[in-house]
Amino acid sequence: MALKKNKQFRWQRKHLLGLRELNAEEITYILDTAKGFEQISTRAVKKAPPLRGKLVVNLFFEDSTRTRNSFTLAASRLSADIIEFTKKTSSVSKGETLLDTAKNLEAMGIDIVVIRHTAGGVPKFLSRSINACVVNAGDGFCEHPTQGLLDVYTIRKIKGTLEGLKIAIVGDIAHSRVARSDMWAMTKLGAEVIFVGPPTLIPAQVNRLPVSVSYSLDEVIEKVDVINMLRIQFERLGGNPFPSIREYSHYFGLTVERMKKAKPDILVMHPGPINRGLEMESEVADGANSVILQQVTNGVAVRMAVLFLVNQAAAQSH
Amino acid sequence: MKKILNPEQIDQIIKDLTIRIISETPPGVDIAAIGIRSRGEILAQRLSAQLSKKLGKDVPSGILDITLYRDDLNSPQGTAQPQVRTTEIGFDIDDKIIILVDDVLYTGRSIRAAMDALIDLGRPKAIKLAVLVDRVGRELPIQADYAGYKTDVEPGKLVQVFLSESDGKDEVVIE
Repeated sequence: MALKKNKQFRWQRKHLLGLRELNAEEITYILDTAKGFEQISTRAVKKAPPLRGKLVVNLFFEDSTRTRNSFTLAASRLSADIIEFTKKTSSVSKGETLLDTAKNLEAMGIDIVVIRHTAGGVPKFLSRSINACVVNAGDGFCEHPTQGLLDVYTIRKIKGTLEGLKIAIVGDIAHSRVARSDMWAMTKLGAEVIFVGPPTLIPAQVNRLPVSVSYSLDEVIEKVDVINMLRIQFERLGGNPFPSIREYSHYFGLTVERMKKAKPDILVMHPGPINRGLEMESEVADGANSVILQQVTNGVAVRMAVLFLVNQAAAQSH
Repeated sequence: MKKILNPEQIDQIIKDLTIRIISETPPGVDIAAIGIRSRGEILAQRLSAQLSKKLGKDVPSGILDITLYRDDLNSPQGTAQPQVRTTEIGFDIDDKIIILVDDVLYTGRSIRAAMDALIDLGRPKAIKLAVLVDRVGRELPIQADYAGYKTDVEPGKLVQVFLSESDGKDEVVIE
């Protein structure tokens, strides 16, 4: 290889636990790296060799289809071997502790753990307990960093930059780790974020976060460049956060009617899976402004970049 | 520091390589130049411009990023952390003669990586290697088909290629 003096930025994290702890330069570096991975999925041989001989474990303590599949695809396109581990089919259902599970996997020589857990902070705990790289695939209501990254990747790809954009995140903010990771990534890259939802679904400590809040989608819709509609997560909602689904839809659903007030080039996003007709009408989900499927495609490239980078950092720290 | 090539010499090398490539390419076969990031990319553009002019038809050029195919990715000795960048080849490489272009041929490891990367994109009719500087020190059984300047500079020295598109001047020096 030609010797070159390289004074460029160096990625040094062997774990990706959240976006809150990353700075704008690190986030941008991941996005730039992901660009190089995007094309692998479109060419003759949809595989490249950088993780050949590495073992990735998908350790999912909470149901997931899209994120888990996306990580599996990302790891296999990088030529890694993958072990799928879900709560239902493992010794966890026999009472094994998280740490024992992880230590056992480590004894098999894993290099990267992709973990999703219902409790916030579990990825961080794991990163301190084992030697493998840890990638957070969603922890409690805290963070879902790769979703945040693929969202800003998608926006940046279309709009060129996040700088100066106004972005509304709409719906169940309180129970959304996507909203949090999005907020960190978007604000660090220079966008202005507005949380929109009924007061019962806006987190209590929101005034400590770098966002503004609105309880009216109608007031916000005409101002924003991007709108990210969160899924109403019935499985997480306790009590009666809103009187009825119809009423929620009436005030906070993205309807064809409401879209008429939006900027013509507004990007409509959704982390999936969509409750069609609830947070978004089908015509909008499938409409010209929707980038929902591009988010899914970009998710693979972003996760490839993340797996590649944490492995690089681990290799170079030995 | 010793200057080994000046702008006129670099220009002449590109022209000479063009003539040799054309004389050895069977008529009727499509050729394309693909350069390894980042200096190879510029040389490939210059070569494709010359080839297009001489042949009177468009000879496309492309950019190959070999980072994912490097053999030192997982070695702790890796001095610099290579940044993954895009491969930009806007044409089909199948059944073409691909002129793979790099600035300096030394250990041959970049070329091994580049060949693996190319094969994942398709099946060219042939891959030929063109380099500006051919330097002694191969660690793999790889040789250039078209070499501009040959040198037996000892290991430890640095052969640096500067090109006006990226560095503001055309020059090759040994440090």
